[in-house]
Amino acid sequence: MIGVWHLVRLALRRDRILLPVWVAFLVFTTLSTTTALQELYDTQQSRDLLGATANANSAFLAMLGPLHDWSSLGGLVVWRWGVFAGLFIAIMAMLVVTRHTRAEEEAGRTELIAATVVGRHAPLAAAVIVAGGTSLLIGVLQALVLIGKDLDPAGAFAFGLSTASVGLVFTGVSAFTAQLSENSRVSNAIAGGFLGVTYLLRAAGDAAGESGPQWLTWFSPIGWTEHVRSFADNRFWVLGVSLAFTVALVGVSAWIVTRRDVGLGLLSARLGPARGTIGTPLGLAWRLQKGSLIGWSIALFAVGVIYGSVAQAVGQMVQDNPTLGQIVSKIGGADAMVDAFFATVTQLIGLIASIYLVQAVLRLRSEETAFRAEPLLATPVSRWGWVASHAAFALAGGAVVLAASGLGLGLVYGVQTDDVGGVLPRMLGAALAQLPAAWVIAGVALLLFGLFPQLTGVSWAVVSVALVLTLLGPALQLDQWVIDVSPFTHVPKYPDITAGPLLWLTGVAVVLLAAGFAGFRRRDLTT
Amino acid sequence: MTSAISVSGLVKTFGPTRALDDLNLDVQTGEVHGFLGPNGAGKSTTIRILLGLLRADSGTARLLGGDPWKDTAALHRRLAYVPGDVNLWPNLTGGEVIDLLGRLRGGLNKARREELLERFELDPRKKGRTYSKGNRQKVALVAALSSDVELLILDEPTSGLDPLMEAVFQDCINDERERGRTVLLSSHILAEVEALCDRVSIIRNGHIVETGTLADLRHLTRTSISAELAGPPNGLTSMAGVHDLVAEGNRVRFEVDSDKLDPVLKQLVSSGVRTLTSQPPTLEELFLRHYEDAK
Repeated sequence: MIGVWHLVRLALRRDRILLPVWVAFLVFTTLSTTTALQELYDTQQSRDLLGATANANSAFLAMLGPLHDWSSLGGLVVWRWGVFAGLFIAIMAMLVVTRHTRAEEEAGRTELIAATVVGRHAPLAAAVIVAGGTSLLIGVLQALVLIGKDLDPAGAFAFGLSTASVGLVFTGVSAFTAQLSENSRVSNAIAGGFLGVTYLLRAAGDAAGESGPQWLTWFSPIGWTEHVRSFADNRFWVLGVSLAFTVALVGVSAWIVTRRDVGLGLLSARLGPARGTIGTPLGLAWRLQKGSLIGWSIALFAVGVIYGSVAQAVGQMVQDNPTLGQIVSKIGGADAMVDAFFATVTQLIGLIASIYLVQAVLRLRSEETAFRAEPLLATPVSRWGWVASHAAFALAGGAVVLAASGLGLGLVYGVQTDDVGGVLPRMLGAALAQLPAAWVIAGVALLLFGLFPQLTGVSWAVVSVALVLTLLGPALQLDQWVIDVSPFTHVPKYPDITAGPLLWLTGVAVVLLAAGFAGFRRRDLTT
Repeated sequence: MTSAISVSGLVKTFGPTRALDDLNLDVQTGEVHGFLGPNGAGKSTTIRILLGLLRADSGTARLLGGDPWKDTAALHRRLAYVPGDVNLWPNLTGGEVIDLLGRLRGGLNKARREELLERFELDPRKKGRTYSKGNRQKVALVAALSSDVELLILDEPTSGLDPLMEAVFQDCINDERERGRTVLLSSHILAEVEALCDRVSIIRNGHIVETGTLADLRHLTRTSISAELAGPPNGLTSMAGVHDLVAEGNRVRFEVDSDKLDPVLKQLVSSGVRTLTSQPPTLEELFLRHYEDAK
């Protein structure tokens, strides 16, 4: 463990912008969500109504989890923001840990460090300290923000530490996945897949209601934070489960570190073919991107299956609950409720898919900065052809992953309602309707790549803004013009899908893509 | 003789840095041309402009009769490039990369590919991430040398190769010369350039300071002489063209400008010569002088 503090300082220095942005983003969103909910539900009557509907609505349950305490503002914040805060902090921890462990090792920099007076465990320990410390800092600041809003300090800390606990768990998860593969992309993919499962297990458990497999939530680190019941019961002991899980994962990772060679993983590399069959840029792009495309398709199919299986319960619940039935009948009855559920779900799926599209576009930039574009572009491959080969995976691949989710939704809901032939095409349509909006996001990423290559990373900020505006915009009571910035705002809501907005969104995407292509043809290759 | 590469007045700036400053370079068809300079002198920048990867701010560059920025794809069909820093795709094997680059160039010579793999002792079945720096370099070299092209552009191609492999590389370049191919070989390894190149251009701070055959360049250099004389040396100190004279009793060591060699030797002989060693100028010295002069 010698030298660990030097490495912590190195990591903090390298992440001097990234980490403060994450902290500020999460703390600020907690604050603005609290303020918005305070204004939105300012009477006890409005909160009671919310309590009655929120816990009876499977869509809400699947997306946000149960509302345990609607008597206090704190309870509302936990319900509206808790699961998302957990997702975001998990992504933060995951990226930070991989960046300072496996990515460093892959780049050969760990070797440089390991040859100095530094203990074998120091790089892993430093990454865990930085990611875990940032998680705790975010949790404590979150608690202080809520206390500043005059909320119960015990509840505030229960919520803040719950959020931090998800960060800690994913610090451990990434510490572990970083040991498995030699490739940092793969370790992030495994950790990201685990995060997806974490979210979906609790979504399924929460949406199932009391009669269903609610115990599923106990298998999800985000589910654990729901069981803390912040502001309602403040069951701090549940956090012990997260802590124990984290300690176990970090311990196993540290043990693996002592057993393996620097630079290698547990999944060892084998010899491959001596002769190649790839002969075109598109062939190479397929080889580089197919793993990600297949993984995302499976993941989004699973998302579709889970939400599809919940949909019938949405309609059922309205029939079981007379009070709710009355409210719902005003907006069009149980069918309208199910439609609204699918509208929300497909929008969420579109947002998730846009992450895939951006990642596929950004592959161009990482190929360029790793000097792997240079030898290709020194062959007769044109700049246009090279960009198109990867852009194809963003544009057509986006259609594939969205279709996979639509397939999942349609098959499961179709089987449940005995109408696969009718439901499946509608669900495919609803999912694919998100494609033009996702293309716009990909277009922005390609535009940045073509015109401002140093700023390509800003694409992730664009995705985050679209996510926040679409998911939280209404709750934050933002002006409509602000919410309109997100292309997903303009996608027609299921079941009233009209071609107009889809056409002009596609037009916007085409303009952005064309500008990106033109920019890249004109510019120097840079690193 | 026609020019395979002809560059004049090339300027390229990166922000405040002037990487290339009025650079002129001429490579004749069929010659092996050394492109010599220290790190950061502008060798790679010049090569990237020739490949159409960077765009020159001003000046003209012609490559195989075409414009490297506009006729990129057509020109790339006729050349092969080995970058100084070879990065491979971590999950592709060396063999796959060789075949990919060959196919993209429009096919490669299979027999030659096998022969080169053997000569360079490279296992093509390993994944990109498991190769050492030298082996990555070999992958790029095999890919370039096994394709049937007119022009080879090699940017410090032997960095990371061991002396044995460097000898193999030199053999291969000599073969290429016999095949009539043009080679632009950038390097800061002087012995390599000395052994291989017909002509040399020396670049410093983005500007070509010297160009010509090795023999041409030697006119500008000094020969080192050390001698044991019959009696104390006389008159040497005052002679034009004598530098860094060290006299210890009857022994002398000094350097003499190559064009002043004749009168200086006559002067030595007049003192009576017991032993004499002279060394021709190495490119190292030539190089050092150019950069010392710059200071």
